[in-house]
Amino acid sequence: MRFITSEEISNAVKNLIINSSVSLPEDTYKGLKQAFEKEISESGKTALRQILLNAEVAKTENKPLCQDTGLAVFFVEIGIDVAVKGRNLTDAINEGTRRGYSEGFLRKSTCDPLTRKNIGDNTPAIIHYEFTNGDKLKIMYAAKGGGSENMSGIKMMRPSDGKDGIMDFVVQIMQAAGPNPCPPNIIGVGIGGNFERSAILAKKSLFRKLGERNSDQELDEMEKIILERINNIGTGPMGFGGICTALGVHIIKEPCHIASLPVAVNIECHSHRHAEIAI
Amino acid sequence: MSVKKITTPLSDDTVLSLKTGDEVLISGVIYTARDQAHFRLIKLIEENKPLPFDIQGQIIYYVGPTPEKPGEIIGSAGPTTSYRMDKYAPALMKLGLKGMIGKGKRSNEVKEAIQKYGAVYFGAIGGAGALISKSIKSNKVIAYEDLLSEAVRELIVEDFPAIVVNDVYGGDLYEEGRKRYENKYAVND
Repeated sequence: MRFITSEEISNAVKNLIINSSVSLPEDTYKGLKQAFEKEISESGKTALRQILLNAEVAKTENKPLCQDTGLAVFFVEIGIDVAVKGRNLTDAINEGTRRGYSEGFLRKSTCDPLTRKNIGDNTPAIIHYEFTNGDKLKIMYAAKGGGSENMSGIKMMRPSDGKDGIMDFVVQIMQAAGPNPCPPNIIGVGIGGNFERSAILAKKSLFRKLGERNSDQELDEMEKIILERINNIGTGPMGFGGICTALGVHIIKEPCHIASLPVAVNIECHSHRHAEIAI
Repeated sequence: MSVKKITTPLSDDTVLSLKTGDEVLISGVIYTARDQAHFRLIKLIEENKPLPFDIQGQIIYYVGPTPEKPGEIIGSAGPTTSYRMDKYAPALMKLGLKGMIGKGKRSNEVKEAIQKYGAVYFGAIGGAGALISKSIKSNKVIAYEDLLSEAVRELIVEDFPAIVVNDVYGGDLYEEGRKRYENKYAVND
């Protein structure tokens, strides 16, 4: 058994948060650059030009890419031969979140859902755990903004709706979202599981590198069809009209109940801030 | 496309000169307010109490910036999604508000109020908060400090980049843009 301290985890989490707030990941930047070259709408190009310029400014001036520095979302893979000393893992991640958002001068966006009073330190983080083999702790982080999250959707479909029904649903969600979720977007789709599992799968799919193909041929094919249909809606960058509404569609599927076909669509904004570390 | 330079407070002539799709650079004083601040402003109106700033001809920017670091004027400061303020915007336009800066589509009620009271809805680039902050030259909290990032701020901006989404003539960039580029995407891989 290998031991790591909760302090080490908190510090790693803090650094992940601060670094990704100012630095757009390479895959995102590349995707946006390709979109800029491809876009035929003048207003859409203006939006993409500012988005790319913003990435340069954020990096050189060490300033958050977006004022919505998000809720802190984590997918954590725990090797069965590693253990945490000190505080428990959830506390350690929340402590790192607290430090990251405070020391990085990031916006604290968690609030009570009814009184709307701000919690003040951007906790609690949203954390999903999985167990794996080995003695490593892998922490995947995303800063998830509210604007794109608000346009996401979930539907308990009928098994008879099938592939075509699923694809129609994803496109409908993007039609309804229009300019609101800061397009060009990355669209995470979770198919199967159950009600809550499909949503977690949709979120998890966003962590796949942009531009990387789906290893499942059938899903890869569906991703291509959906991407084409979304980019034919016409929404364009920031909704100003154009052919670049989505940078990518990512699907994960899992077995579900014989009576069910849960489908969740999680929209991610173009400021696709994600990072990971293995300790 | 030429870029129009405009200054606040917005005159009726300026409002009438702006058309859907125009790129603009805004200079002058603007005020910030988002969800909770709007809630409080509307409460003041309902109670017939004065607003914390003179709204005549002014622009409200829907933004909740990141905290400024020592020595910085303001943190990252891009627009938030506007539809959450739809419920409150017509009452503010009735009092003389001439402009709103945000992102995302507005309700029919807001679009009607824009035409009725003579106002403009500008779209700024969401997720470009670092770039936009460079056009903000001063930042002062003037109300609701307890709301943290949601407090009402008086900003002085120079060449703040935006695009006219809804003009006084009923134009809507989101609808027109979408229609223009519908089914124009061709797969080339």
